[in-house]
Amino acid sequence: MGRVTAAPHTAPLEKVRPEIDEESDFARPWVTIVHNDPVNLMSYVTWVFQQLFGYSRDKAELLMLDVHNKGKAVVSSGARERMEYDASRLHSYGLWATVNKQ
Amino acid sequence: MTLFKRRNGLCVATFREDEVRVLRKVAEEVVGLLTEGFDHEDPVVGRLFPDVYPDLPRESAEFRRFTEGDLKTSKIDQAGAILAGLPEDGEGEVRLDPEAAEAWLRALNDARLALGIRLEITDDTDLERELDHAIAEDPSSARVFQLSVYSYLGYLQDSLLAAHTA
Repeated sequence: MGRVTAAPHTAPLEKVRPEIDEESDFARPWVTIVHNDPVNLMSYVTWVFQQLFGYSRDKAELLMLDVHNKGKAVVSSGARERMEYDASRLHSYGLWATVNKQ
Repeated sequence: MTLFKRRNGLCVATFREDEVRVLRKVAEEVVGLLTEGFDHEDPVVGRLFPDVYPDLPRESAEFRRFTEGDLKTSKIDQAGAILAGLPEDGEGEVRLDPEAAEAWLRALNDARLALGIRLEITDDTDLERELDHAIAEDPSSARVFQLSVYSYLGYLQDSLLAAHTA
């Protein structure tokens, strides 16, 4: 970071801290989460992951098992708009998807 | 029970008259609950259109406002693909190209989700035991019929997926 000003920095520390927190919060990516569901077939969920994310069959199957065994799993991460888009595509296939901060 | 097979790049199955009738009824019910019967209080609608931010109702509503119309339209179209693919009346062969097969897969899934909510299916549900129990109580009950349909749709969807990805 460049020091371009000689002006005294008078902001009290308490005011600076929240700004730093906000920045790191902003940098934290968003995630799309798929939740386990008693209805969706395991074969179908695997296929949806392949379709939507271009994963290999093996990777899609591992992800499906993660959802099944743990109750939920992160299926994608990145910018918030991108995650909302992923969630809406998952909804169109009937998967139970939500968006959250990582 | 009718299952899909792969033939010349198409997913093909020959349905009996009663199967055609059930599939038509199921697809029409899905269209019904997405159109005139659409109700946000209905748990089936809650499952087909989940809150994208479970802890942020205002942001979920905002997301819903922008996406629900398109999602509803695509689900109605999917169910419509089932109706369009079925024989006009009586028994007959259903032949699905890859695009139609995908629409059927998604529509069958919506129908199973809807029935699953109505039947209160959970991870612990043993379908065969559920069905035996319902038959013992009243073989002519709506629950016996719905459980049979739910189970049938699962087999059908699984066979269609296998044929589609073969």
